[in-house]
Amino acid sequence: MSAVTPDQVHDDHHHHGPTGLMRWITTTNHKDIGTMYLIFSFIMFLSGGVMALTIRAELFQPGMQIVQPEFFNQLTTMHGLVMVFGAIMPAFVGFANWMLPLMIGASDMAFARMNNWSFWLLPVAAILLIGSFFVPGGATAAGWTLYAPLSVQMGMGMDLTIFAVHIMGISSIMGAINIVVTVLNMRAPGMTMMKMPLFCWTWLITAYLLIAVMPVLAGAVTMILTDRHFGTSFFNAAGGGDPVLYQHVFWFFGHPEVYIMILPAFGIVSEIIPTFARKPLFGYASMVYATASIAILSFVVWAHHMFTTGMPAATQLFFMYATMLIAVPTGVKVFNWVATMWRGSMTFETPMLWATGFIFVFTMGGFTGLICAIAPIDIQVQDTYYVVAHFHYVLVAGSLFALFAGAYYWLPKWTGVMYSEFIGKLHFWCSIIFFNITFFPMHFLGLAGMPRRIPDYALQFADFNALASIGAFGFGLSQLIFIVAVVKCVRGDGKKAAASPWEDAQGLEWTVPSPAPHHTFEIPPVVK
Amino acid sequence: MSPTFEKYFVPEPSKFPIFGSFALLCIGAGSVMWLNHTGPGPLVFFVGLATLIYMLFGWFGQVIRESESGQYGKNVDASFRWSMGWFIFSEVMFFFAFFGVLFYVRVIAVPSLGSEESVSVLWQGFEAVWPTAGPRAEEAFSPMGAWGIPALNTLILLTSGATLTWAHWGMMKDNRTQLKLGLLLTVLLGALFMGFQIYEYMHAYGEMNLKMTSGIYGSTFYMMTGFHGLHVTIGAIMLLVMLFRVMAGHFTKDNHFAFEAAAWYWHFVDVVWLVLFVVVYWL
Repeated sequence: MSAVTPDQVHDDHHHHGPTGLMRWITTTNHKDIGTMYLIFSFIMFLSGGVMALTIRAELFQPGMQIVQPEFFNQLTTMHGLVMVFGAIMPAFVGFANWMLPLMIGASDMAFARMNNWSFWLLPVAAILLIGSFFVPGGATAAGWTLYAPLSVQMGMGMDLTIFAVHIMGISSIMGAINIVVTVLNMRAPGMTMMKMPLFCWTWLITAYLLIAVMPVLAGAVTMILTDRHFGTSFFNAAGGGDPVLYQHVFWFFGHPEVYIMILPAFGIVSEIIPTFARKPLFGYASMVYATASIAILSFVVWAHHMFTTGMPAATQLFFMYATMLIAVPTGVKVFNWVATMWRGSMTFETPMLWATGFIFVFTMGGFTGLICAIAPIDIQVQDTYYVVAHFHYVLVAGSLFALFAGAYYWLPKWTGVMYSEFIGKLHFWCSIIFFNITFFPMHFLGLAGMPRRIPDYALQFADFNALASIGAFGFGLSQLIFIVAVVKCVRGDGKKAAASPWEDAQGLEWTVPSPAPHHTFEIPPVVK
Repeated sequence: MSPTFEKYFVPEPSKFPIFGSFALLCIGAGSVMWLNHTGPGPLVFFVGLATLIYMLFGWFGQVIRESESGQYGKNVDASFRWSMGWFIFSEVMFFFAFFGVLFYVRVIAVPSLGSEESVSVLWQGFEAVWPTAGPRAEEAFSPMGAWGIPALNTLILLTSGATLTWAHWGMMKDNRTQLKLGLLLTVLLGALFMGFQIYEYMHAYGEMNLKMTSGIYGSTFYMMTGFHGLHVTIGAIMLLVMLFRVMAGHFTKDNHFAFEAAAWYWHFVDVVWLVLFVVVYWL
């Protein structure tokens, strides 16, 4: 160990080491790695988006127009996998990489080399996953949940997906352990747990969820693999197994997984709203406890995804009430955000627009979730477009909107340049309007009985589907505005950002210059 | 702020992660080709495996050199402790999934296959008695009893836990002979365990007709004991590396977390076996 006398606080000395491409391949710097995560996730977001638009183009009117039904099923499957594992999750890890060390006053992540590997496993997984489109039989078409027995029967694209899931799981577990250790062990002197920015808390709890459930997913797909190739009978009733067993194992992973994709979003929103309301976050401690409660409850609600599989009524009741209980801590959060805004000196710069948009639209997704949780109703809407509407309201308007909120909020810190408010606001308004045009009609479609994951549908669904498709293309094109906003910042085309570009932003990340130097807090700051 | 502080070790850029990624790409793609009998599957797989082994040697070698040259302070040590603990927790959850599967199969799936409505409509003549290979089992098998080799293996693993603790006491007393002997015994007991396990598998396949394809009993039996055996092997390799490091003069009584981490892992494998012995072999 070396004992160093602090001479200057922000020591941005000699960045030596490889340059060019090798810099990015070998880097151990949390900011470089965070940037790579964010770029990777945006590329995957666009890939998954192209799949979604192909789906919407096919569904623009009844009848088969553009793709074959088999390929349509591959698209719905891969759209889900790519968006969940390729876009949303890595994007949040990118934020964690960039911001956690800056927020807690650490010099880097706890395991900087492993951090690099966590990232560089993702392109490998993406190659296997996307590559499966080009093997005989095409990609897996079992749906993103990879239910048995379909997933046991698919072609070799399914095997590629299984190995891709394994590799993404390894990446997630390493990333999560890194985050847990960084938060627990790398905080600056005086940065007690209950002084941490809420984003750190939500990520800490998310990381625990990842460590707990990614291995379970690995187990689930391993059993699929052995059922496919080694003659086991886990999901085969003739051999004494049960296809429903797969659903249990998958959703034991899957339900915590949906909180993995939303808790960091809560964290981002909880950073942004106090800044633009110019008030401290209302009910900080209750936010922490609410986050933890949501995480704990997430382990005992999984079977609400399976109400129609023929469970005993008592089991249905348990999972129904446990699920509805989650509305309590989630409600605490929503009320706290609103209370933070109450009588604040509010301004609506782009990050705040996204954050308030998030609260509004995410809460609608939360309400439809509550409706789906009620077993007798769920039996009506299971596998309909109502469910599709519900989870896009929480995943797009929830996770994705929070990601954009965070991106605009910290872009000045990352690039040293203010983004264009006009472009940012244009991006927001186009997104929220087209988002609702796309997904709001899906509630009606679902209630009217339109099943999900089908390439063709009955005539009475035509109008709402056409509307949703128009909205989807509008939404997809709107995301290109984001590229313009980011590229302008990266090229230095804009106002230079101060260390703290927002009027009342709290947190250590605003004490370092913008753009954040390559190395920060090599000498830990002292938090009072 | 105190005038001096301990600088946290941040490694230089490293080439090892990208080797690891390339390795897993080859292992993944190679396995898929191999399983589907297309393309140069085994070749790609073994190129990946070789790359992975090269990466592990290089990466751990570098960590050991950094540790031995005193670049890690107390903070890095604490990080290693946290991370090993949570890594083991992730492994616990991996096994938890399979224990959950066994529970579900025995308590819910098989009884419901043997329920009256199921038997009358679908699976005539099926009796829901564990162990079972399911209603359409093709051939009979004998289940693995608990009180032969498995009980012996339980004893072996428990003893190995004791010898490992004895080795640790040697480390704490700076008694290197006790340390080496304890480690050597632990590794040998681990190898003995694996030897018996392999013999058990051969016996099961050869004489008991108990195979992976023996319905749900064979599936859970081989999946759970197989993954446990894999973890015993990994743990034994870790302990063997520790033995080599001890012989190379590494570790002091105050600074030997790598040894402790391997020991934690070994005890974890031990505990999993105890649960496994009870629910897979015994009950």
